[in-house]
Amino acid sequence: MQKSTESFFDEMQLDAVDLDESRVRQIYSAYQNWLKDIPHHQLESKRQEAELLFRRVGITFNVYGEEDGAERLIPFDVIPRIISANEWEKLSAGAIQRVKALNMFLHDIYHQQEIIQAGIIPSSILANSQYRPEMVGVDVPRQIYAHVAGIDLVRTSESQFYVLEDNLRTPSGVSYMLEDRKMMMRLFPDLFRRYSVAPVDHYPQVLLKNLRAVAQTNSQEPTVVLLSPGAYNSAYFEHAFLAQQMGIELVEGTDLFVRNNAVYMRTTQGPQRVDVIYRRIDDDYIDPLVFNPNSMLGVPGLLSVYRNGGVTLANAVGTGVADDKATYIYVPEMIKFYLNEEPLLENVPTYELSKEEDLQYTLAHLHELVVKEVQGSGGYGMLVGPAATKKEIEEFRLRIVSKPANYIAQPTLALSTCPTLVEAGIAPRHVDLRPFVLSGKTVTLVPGALCRVALKAGSLVVNSSQGGGTKDTWVLEAEVLEDTQGSETSRETKQATTIKTKQKAKQKIAEPAC
Amino acid sequence: MLSRTADHLYWMARYIERAENMARVLEVTYSMSLVPNAAQSEAALWLPALEIAGNVDLYEEEYGSVDAANVIHYLSMDVNNPSSIYNALRNARENARAVRVDMTSETWENINALWLEFDQFRGADLSKTGLREFCDWVKARSHLFRGVCFGTMLRDDAFSFVRLGTFIERADNTARLLDVKYHLLLPDEEEVGGAVDYYEWSAVLRSVSAFQAYQKIFSDTIEPWRVAELLVLRRDMPRSLHACLDEITPILEQLSGRRQVECRRLAGELHAKLRYGKMQDIFQRGLHEFLSDFIDSNNLLGAEIQRAFLSINAS
Repeated sequence: MQKSTESFFDEMQLDAVDLDESRVRQIYSAYQNWLKDIPHHQLESKRQEAELLFRRVGITFNVYGEEDGAERLIPFDVIPRIISANEWEKLSAGAIQRVKALNMFLHDIYHQQEIIQAGIIPSSILANSQYRPEMVGVDVPRQIYAHVAGIDLVRTSESQFYVLEDNLRTPSGVSYMLEDRKMMMRLFPDLFRRYSVAPVDHYPQVLLKNLRAVAQTNSQEPTVVLLSPGAYNSAYFEHAFLAQQMGIELVEGTDLFVRNNAVYMRTTQGPQRVDVIYRRIDDDYIDPLVFNPNSMLGVPGLLSVYRNGGVTLANAVGTGVADDKATYIYVPEMIKFYLNEEPLLENVPTYELSKEEDLQYTLAHLHELVVKEVQGSGGYGMLVGPAATKKEIEEFRLRIVSKPANYIAQPTLALSTCPTLVEAGIAPRHVDLRPFVLSGKTVTLVPGALCRVALKAGSLVVNSSQGGGTKDTWVLEAEVLEDTQGSETSRETKQATTIKTKQKAKQKIAEPAC
Repeated sequence: MLSRTADHLYWMARYIERAENMARVLEVTYSMSLVPNAAQSEAALWLPALEIAGNVDLYEEEYGSVDAANVIHYLSMDVNNPSSIYNALRNARENARAVRVDMTSETWENINALWLEFDQFRGADLSKTGLREFCDWVKARSHLFRGVCFGTMLRDDAFSFVRLGTFIERADNTARLLDVKYHLLLPDEEEVGGAVDYYEWSAVLRSVSAFQAYQKIFSDTIEPWRVAELLVLRRDMPRSLHACLDEITPILEQLSGRRQVECRRLAGELHAKLRYGKMQDIFQRGLHEFLSDFIDSNNLLGAEIQRAFLSINAS
């Protein structure tokens, strides 16, 4: 087994000696003991089994621009990322706080614009291409814009987490949170006896409840549908999966039409009214009459019905202005302004290259910074200074100089690593974390997250489009762990603890979180 | 349910059925080619298989002359032949993938597994070896598909559209098979009864899993008109035209409810012909005429089903 790199915080190991000998963080001690017990090749054979099962179930994604049949698996790592109950409590409180503020900001920016008047955010934000003038003055149910938000978190030390970005448009990846868990329970049932891992399976039910809660028409028995770009979209599996789990229709643009200020779907028994659309199509493609006229994916006239309250869209149109990298800088200020609270989660210090001073600093330190395009996503259009060649840096320099306002820069974060099964054995790889915050009647999140892992040694880019993989994330329900592989007594104690904390968890769900 | 969903389910089932029938035709022609038969050339033996598949022109364009190796490749693996087993299975899986939500996960995984398994046959030269195994595999997967639908799907509209697809396609295939074979096998003067003839007709029966049924029902030598009767009018013979319409008619009744749709009337009419028709009358008019009429009506029925339920513009 390989050593962990000294300069990075590791989720499991406390020191950089062989994993077998290393002292590990307390939450991983039961895992380390288990690892010592199992036959050498078991992890690898379990990994292969997982791959086979994922293929069989068809949990694949399409790669843009490749011949059909090129369906790929997102690599799945069999070693879990474990998060303690205490850590989770802090993270989830911080993420909820953030999403509340972002929703208030979105309402404000499309109504009174108080935050601009207060001088906290410059009015230049109204010129952002993600700002949708069509949404000005439109009232959305419960003033919720981002019904589903993915908050990307990274860790740099035992106590330090940063928010890397907020995803408020059509965040994806939650199906991997759910499927990875199912897979882990299937592959390693014995591990789930050693750990009380908080369940995540109820995510689709919470989401459905929230979607029904934002219906403006037929609010007793609203018809909710999931609008997908179709089977050739890279996230199609997730769309199908969520629709199935929620028991709602998976529709495409051509299945819907607009008549008399209402949206209908074409069924074998004639038209049926739709009340809430959980849409996984970007703003630009959702209505060819208003946005991209060449879009074949959307529904002509949808926006007009939406603006008149004839249907609810989740997420709302126009959320992109709040997760833009240029807006990100102001989120801590938003939290203070709208909630009168101190931010629980920190932003990564960010240089705005539209500011001369920041630009000069950045240009002088390109080799140590990460530079990102303001509206970029998916890990395209970014420069990771320490990993880039001289030539790449110089090319990027030219791009920055020609349009500085398009870029922001951040210090290269020492992303934490987590032991990961690679060809050579177990080795540390960098990870991030995306919990999903759901807003409806309440603002909540299920105790789990998408954990992405950069499979290339040393790489800091975790995006699946750039060869990243996923891990199951275990949020523990109890702090008390079985430290050896368990006499009967310790198992009983553990069960008792589990029951107690489960009751606690139930209470938590019952209380509105906002 | 969504019209588009119904459309995908219907075509998924049709394509699976098409693959199965194509495998049956291939298998039977292949076993015929093993019977010593000086009278027939390789081309004469394999041409009917092409005629049943209905794409003779496309074949001639691509390959020119008719021989075993080319026909086998064309009907099983050819990417350019829209009715090849490869394309039928691929289309079935693509349709399934588009509506995986609307079937049970067992059904979806079954079709997905079928497609993954198909890889083992890719690139193999089936005319040299392994054709039997391939055809057996296709048939077995098709049986499995029907079984998993029957055993796991809720008896709702989704299930009805799957069944509908299966039987519309099957009726078409049985009619084509019988038409081509009858045309070809029945000599001008009624000189039936030779050994080759016996093999020919028993092969036709085997291709629709009806050989044992024939023996059981008639316990007699194989006579062409009885084969025709078995495959047209016998309702207890699961691949006969009558049996297919026995399935289709009530499904359309139930799907259309109070709606007056043309496909319902058409199915009723077709059903009545098979239910109350007599073999004697059919032969008097000519079996070939009867079968081509049937194939046309069945196609029309398919188009009307499309129009009433499946078309994206049906609103």
